[in-house]
Amino acid sequence: MITKRIIPCLDVKNGRVVKGVNFEGLNDVASPVELAQYYSSCGADELVFYDITASAEGRALFTDILTETARRVFIPLTVGGGINTVEDFDRVLKCGADKVSVNSGAIRNPELIYQAAKRYGDQCVVISADVKREDGEFRVYAKGGRENTGMEAISWIRACVDNGAGEVVLNSIDTDGVKGGFDLEMLEAVSNAVSVPVIASGGAGKIEDFITLFKTLPKVDAGLAASIFHFGEVKISDLKAAMTKAGIPTRV
Amino acid sequence: MIAIIDYGVGNLFSLQSSFAAIGQEAVVTSDPEIIAKADRLILPGVGAFEDAAKKLRDSGMADVIKCEAAAGKPLMGICLGMQLLLEKSYEYGEHEGLGLISGNVRPIADVIDKDLKIPHIGWNRLIVKRQSPLFKYLSDGDCVYFVHSYYAADCDKAVTAVAEYSAELTASVERDNVYGCQFHPEKSGGVGLKILKAFCEI
Repeated sequence: MITKRIIPCLDVKNGRVVKGVNFEGLNDVASPVELAQYYSSCGADELVFYDITASAEGRALFTDILTETARRVFIPLTVGGGINTVEDFDRVLKCGADKVSVNSGAIRNPELIYQAAKRYGDQCVVISADVKREDGEFRVYAKGGRENTGMEAISWIRACVDNGAGEVVLNSIDTDGVKGGFDLEMLEAVSNAVSVPVIASGGAGKIEDFITLFKTLPKVDAGLAASIFHFGEVKISDLKAAMTKAGIPTRV
Repeated sequence: MIAIIDYGVGNLFSLQSSFAAIGQEAVVTSDPEIIAKADRLILPGVGAFEDAAKKLRDSGMADVIKCEAAAGKPLMGICLGMQLLLEKSYEYGEHEGLGLISGNVRPIADVIDKDLKIPHIGWNRLIVKRQSPLFKYLSDGDCVYFVHSYYAADCDKAVTAVAEYSAELTASVERDNVYGCQFHPEKSGGVGLKILKAFCEI
């Protein structure tokens, strides 16, 4: 039985993790490499590094950090942020990323997913979608959730999967940051529409939110979160113990 | 020294780093002289079987690997590298492998429940079928990381472990000094490193 994955997401800007954190035994809480090692040792099943840098210097720093992380952390690494071309895939894969997540890049260039999947395989390409309710419909947003594309989300995500995306990260803008639980309705709609793994993002505030997610929607494969892990509100080791106790297949 | 065989398939950075993490020198190479000097060989691989098998033959690596394996040198195939050790693959046609272990590569879709996802991706438990020197540091319930859409079928007694995915999918195979892992030890955290360490001690 494949286990449900728990994935911390690290936003990296100019070589540092954004959203300061405080952990016992961690000297430099803003070091992406140290934080990645810490999460790996706590039982994280996978890591997402999100590059929120805009400058070329920041981008170079990001790939250095990625290389150093891949040298020391031996769990799957997904990289996102600033992925607009097949060359961007190449750049991060060479530094040790296993999967690459595209968001606005796929909206701007609908061919990107197809081209990348053809070259690197479906398993390498993750579509990350920021989705928000608009007049009773799910709409895709671009540019970090700032711009409504007007596209209907379910059909767009399905098209991405048809083009070769091997995994979907669904980030609900409606529940993101609210800490009231994942967006089960939106997740159900997406996981019924595609046959590839779906990763839930946006809304987790406590351990029970993950339990509810996996119990209610057995089709969802993973839960992703950032600040609740960074701030220690949810410890991954406690979360995994609770999942095991609840009978959810978990890697401990 | 470990030689990670480079035949133009995939990214070998993580693999090399994981050996460094357990204090083992690993060289990424396609030089037959270095391969001859190495104590152990790793055959990596991602992507499509046909393309990889062709690259193995065209680069001359197929003959080098067969020769070294016949001489008794420990060899480990990983993911597609494991599938290449078998006789045949039915991935988009019918293609010949190295034939070092008996068995064929077939689509997972043939054997699993229709509602399960393909590829078989994520962490799954290793179910040991037969003791292997690779497992000497493992504990019950240890999980490893898989990403694959095809699996090793018809391997019979060569199977040392499986993973349950509505059907039992071959996770590892072994015949004499030739070993294969369908999962990625270099992406399987501490458990993966223990498997690589055990391989280095064979």
